[in-house]
Amino acid sequence: MTVEYTERGMLKYSEKLLERFRNPKHIGEMENPTVVAEEGDPQCGDMFRLYLKIEDDRIVDAKFLSFGCAANIATGDMTVELVKGKTVAEAERLQIKEIADALGGLPLIKMHCAVLSYKTLKKALAEYRKSRAGSVSPPQG
Amino acid sequence: MRVYLDNGTTTPVAPEVVEAMLPYFTEKFGHPVFPYSLGQEAADAVERAQEIIARSINARPEEVVFTSGATQANDMAIRGIAYANRNRGRHLITTKVENPSVLRVCERLEKEGFRVDYLPVDAEGFVDTAELEKRLSDETILVSVANVNDEIGTIEPVEEIGEILRERQRKIYLHVNAAAGYGRVEVDVKKIGADLVSLSAHKIHGPKGVGALYVAEGTPIEPVYFGYISLFNLRPGTENIPGIVGFGRAVELMMENFERDVAHMTRLRDRLISGFEEIPYTLINGPRGKKRSPANVSCSFKGLEGESMMLHLDLNGISVATGSACSTTKLEPSHVLTAIGLKAAVAHGTIRFTLSRYNTEEEIDYTLSVVPRVVEQLRRISPVKPEQL
Repeated sequence: MTVEYTERGMLKYSEKLLERFRNPKHIGEMENPTVVAEEGDPQCGDMFRLYLKIEDDRIVDAKFLSFGCAANIATGDMTVELVKGKTVAEAERLQIKEIADALGGLPLIKMHCAVLSYKTLKKALAEYRKSRAGSVSPPQG
Repeated sequence: MRVYLDNGTTTPVAPEVVEAMLPYFTEKFGHPVFPYSLGQEAADAVERAQEIIARSINARPEEVVFTSGATQANDMAIRGIAYANRNRGRHLITTKVENPSVLRVCERLEKEGFRVDYLPVDAEGFVDTAELEKRLSDETILVSVANVNDEIGTIEPVEEIGEILRERQRKIYLHVNAAAGYGRVEVDVKKIGADLVSLSAHKIHGPKGVGALYVAEGTPIEPVYFGYISLFNLRPGTENIPGIVGFGRAVELMMENFERDVAHMTRLRDRLISGFEEIPYTLINGPRGKKRSPANVSCSFKGLEGESMMLHLDLNGISVATGSACSTTKLEPSHVLTAIGLKAAVAHGTIRFTLSRYNTEEEIDYTLSVVPRVVEQLRRISPVKPEQL
């Protein structure tokens, strides 16, 4: 048997992640978003709400709210940062790993936080696509 | 301002304790089993510490065995009693709110063929003693209950439990994990009727890595560790002499100032509780008044998550603990908060503030000015509204 650290023993946040947690740039509510998506459950300890404002298939603004730990807030903020200004098609190609990498890595037990904001993004973009498919002319942002 | 309010996790070592320990690193470094003067000096130091600790719990010095801490003491007590008494029965009783160092050992024993009952607690964390009586059987050999709950500060009715066990014809051993209670409430092994008591040094301004197990004389207990060369059969391995010396000194200081320190912590505790009660959508976990540890304030701030709160308080210089899932390995809320009936979503927003004699009124003023601000800040960015929980 090799020596194994406990997960708690390995829970160490990167300086980048902590900086994001302390000073998130994109947190807050948004008035008149094009789409809003929510994932998670407060019973499980994390919940994430994402607002996107999309004009001509481009994400012109994005904001989020978080009920969650430091990793939840930091990954949420980084997810928003990585898609803001991008086209919907570009945002759809975002990978979970890119979110984690941009934060200087995530402790393994916190990977689910990146998954949560990623899933919320996917859900928001899918909803946007659905609403577009249903309308004849492009909706005005 | 730096404010340390996580004394339930560990405490700063008292300067007097450090001073007492220092000679035992470089000058009085002998091994206590050898009768030459350096060894004798170390053995004498262990004996003095045994005397001090025994006096503090109304025991005899030879009933005190040093360990690496309360975790090891709990393991030695529970497995030691279980193995030594397995021919009399294979049933143990503990509670749903014990420290993991008790619960994990019990789970291990279940795998080895013992049966363990985990007693429920009420909404304030008190163990159901009626339920205890119901579960006692001709197979029961041990009951293990902490005298103070480490998360929510409930002072458990260990004396009543001791009495229930004494009334039985058949001997049922009582183990009390006093790691969270020592230095906060009186621990008198005779009054409790305890056969085994676990103690820890680093929670009473002693060093980390040392604790003790009280074993009442005549208690059949099997060693669970094996080795050679040490003072105690139950716990082989060279003793942590500087640690033991420091433990003894920490207990001396604790006993000298016990009433004054308890009154001081109680005053600060009640100030924190009244202040937090003014924050909307906030629950105080555990009982109020005399049945609560003087050092513990456990508070659930609805609509926010504990780890974020802990780290934001840290940015403001305040160290606290959280019962949030996000700070544990399993991502489940604390078993204690679940046992008192807290919804998971509320349990995730729980912060534990624990005091020591070194905390000041000014620190409490500062904490009471920071906490409401941080709570409001986190609620503002949360998609979960406190009134919905």
